[in-house]
This record gives sequence, structure tokens and C-alpha cells, in this order.
Amino acid sequence: MKEIEELLAEQPFFKGMDPRWIAFFAGCAGNVRFDAGEYIFREGGEANRFLLIRHGRVALETHVPQRGPVTIYTIGKNDVVGWSWLFPPYRWTFDARALELVRAIGFDAACVRKKCEEDPALGYVLLMRLVPVISSRLQATRLQLLDVYGTARGPRAGASA
Amino acid sequence: MVPVPFVVRRVRRETHDTATLDLAPANGDGFTFRPGQFNMLYAFGIGEVPISISGDAQRPLPVAHTVRAVGAVSTAIRTVRPGAMVGVRGPFGTAWPVEAAERMDVVIVAGGIGLAPLRPVLYHLLAFRERYGRVALLYGARTPQDLLFRRELEQWRGRFDLHVGVTVDAPVSGWIGDVGVVTTLIPHAPFDPQDALALVCGPEVMMRFTVAELRKRGVPAERIVLSLERNMKCAIGLCGHCQFGPHFVCRQGPVFRYPEVEPLLTVKEV
Repeated sequence: MKEIEELLAEQPFFKGMDPRWIAFFAGCAGNVRFDAGEYIFREGGEANRFLLIRHGRVALETHVPQRGPVTIYTIGKNDVVGWSWLFPPYRWTFDARALELVRAIGFDAACVRKKCEEDPALGYVLLMRLVPVISSRLQATRLQLLDVYGTARGPRAGASA
Repeated sequence: MVPVPFVVRRVRRETHDTATLDLAPANGDGFTFRPGQFNMLYAFGIGEVPISISGDAQRPLPVAHTVRAVGAVSTAIRTVRPGAMVGVRGPFGTAWPVEAAERMDVVIVAGGIGLAPLRPVLYHLLAFRERYGRVALLYGARTPQDLLFRRELEQWRGRFDLHVGVTVDAPVSGWIGDVGVVTTLIPHAPFDPQDALALVCGPEVMMRFTVAELRKRGVPAERIVLSLERNMKCAIGLCGHCQFGPHFVCRQGPVFRYPEVEPLLTVKEV
């Protein structure tokens, strides 16, 4: 069986990272699994960990009255799940549910925060990896909000004619 | 400039506002086209509209067009019945560079009805599958009900030699597929960015975001190809309605290499 450090080094999120830093993160990490339909965390709950998905897909959901749970975004292999653990008040802002069997590497948030506080260089390394993920999700959300398919005159679909 | 009468052989409902029409020349003539080209379809007494050919160039007859009802003409064409006649001029425009992609990976990124002009590319790639590297189709739509060619998507998804990613912006109850814009499928799609050709079609803003994501992944600008939509009227570069900077989209396009149009894509009014 592969060691956690080995698994982390294979993840795009850790690609090119100094092994010294990977060893730090490995000290806070462990393998986790969730069955299809299982909630990984719930909106409002304590954000005490984050995940790197190795297998499967996760839906970020919120509950809309009279509509029930609505999926806002799905996250797949090699993606990060969760960053609410990084900042106070350390509460999840959405539900996360496994759409299928999910295997992931789970990180203990308190452990990672403590190490980052002890060594700000580690915190910088982590943020430089995490901010692009947050930025990409923000860009995607902006595009989603534009509802481009709903209003656009599609290609050769008749333009305005 | 004179439309040729074509008979509507079959109409397939794709979504609530989109249908695919199979057309055949009323006089029994043949017809050929290249993937990415379009025809001008004429609804008699109403008007003419440019519509991409969405069928298989290896088996061009009947000629398939996927039409979304967005105005008077396209609504009239979208609602024709088998046996009716429509006027056809074409084919017009440039084609997707499918030959240039041989021995390379190919990533197709389609948004909404943008899958229609790319479907002939998929037919071509699958017909000559051994000539290409990995092939990925990444398709985004507004909702699951807006997905085109659902049966084919399911068939393509079952193939071992084709990666199909489908995502919707807004799911409905029971949808267990991906949710998010089509650009979110790009980072992990299986292709070598240094040795891939990317073919992109969809709403222009979606194409801009897609290009940004492809560039971020490492795809060179000259390996990104777009199909643009402009107000095409004559389709032969005379009337100037489709002028886009120095280009007439009906003749020099609709298919362009990204560097040809890059400076124009962010200009608010060209």
C-alpha cells in the first residue's frame, strides 16, 4: 500500500512541491472514503477538514425551500473539497455529498492551521496552491451567473432571424 | 444566390426549442460539405437564416441541420413538418481543420447549441479513429433538458476510445451528472495540451472563458480553433453584415484559428 506522502506527491495539487512541505502535510493527512449518497459535511457544521479527491465525485449542495437540495457545483478526481476550514468562523457554507463512492485524502484542519501558524512559509506555499482553486471556482461561478445559453443566439441557430 | 428547393425528410425534436431537420434536394441532386460549414435555409415567404450542418460529411444526404427557434425565420424552420419544402443555399464557410489534427489529441469544447456544428467533427474522428490520438468531447448546457443529441451522447459515452464530459449550469431533480460551466471540465480532461488541437463552439463569452482555460492548461494559441457567429445575410462576402474587423465571417469564417480573431474578441463593438 502506498504511503500518504507518496499519494500526496501524485496529486496535481502538490505537484512540484518540495518534499519537505509534503511531509508536513502528510502528518495531518489520512485516507478517507464515503459511500454514494453519504454527506461529507453539512452547511453550518464545523469546518474541521478538507479533502483531495482521488476517486469519485462530490456535489456541493444547498437547501432551497420548496425545491429541496440543489446542486450548485460538482467536484471530481484531483480536486479540492472545502476551504471554509481556513478562515474563522470555520463553518461550512454548503452541504457536500458523495455522488458515488468517493476515496479521498482527508486533512485535519486544526493540524494544518497549526503547522501553518508555526511556519508561515508553509502557509504561503499552501495559499499559493489554494488561491488558484478558489479563483477558478469564482470564475466558473461568474460564467454560470451569466446564463450564456439562456440568452445567447447560439451558433448558426438562426441568430436573431 | 437562388435557393434550391429541399424536401424535409424527417424532423427530430431535440429540446423544447430545438429540432434537427433532415433535408434532401427535391430534384434528386447530390450534396457535399465539410465539417463546420453552414447552409442558408430559406423559409418561403418569411426569410433566410444561416444554419450549421450537423450531420455526417461521409454520408451527407439527407443533410442534417439543428435549428434553435430564436426568431421568426428559425421558428418557422424549426416547426416545419416532413414533406414540406425549404430553400437551401450552400454550403458556405470554412471548415474545422480535421486533417491538421491527425496524429494529435483532439479536444472538442461545445456549449449549448454549439455542439451542432461540432457533431460532424465527431463523426469524422470516429470514422477515422486510428488517425487521431486521444479524443475528448466536453459539453456544457444550461439544464439537462437542453442537452442536444442525448441518445448519441450516451452512445459516445459508452465508447472506450472517446472521453465524454457533460455538465450543466443548472440541474434538475434527478440529475446525477456534473454541475458547473463547461470550462470546469478542461483541467482534468485527458489530452496532452502540447500536442492537442482544441475545437471550440458556443456563445462567444463561453468561448472566451474556454480559451482562457485551455491556455492555462498549456494549449498553444495557434492550436485553438473557434467557430464564430455573426449576422450572416448573403453568405458570399458581399453584403458586409457579418463583417468582424477585417474578416467576413461568412467567407473567411465561421471557423477561425484563435490568433486570427484574438484581438477582436474583447472589443465591445467591432
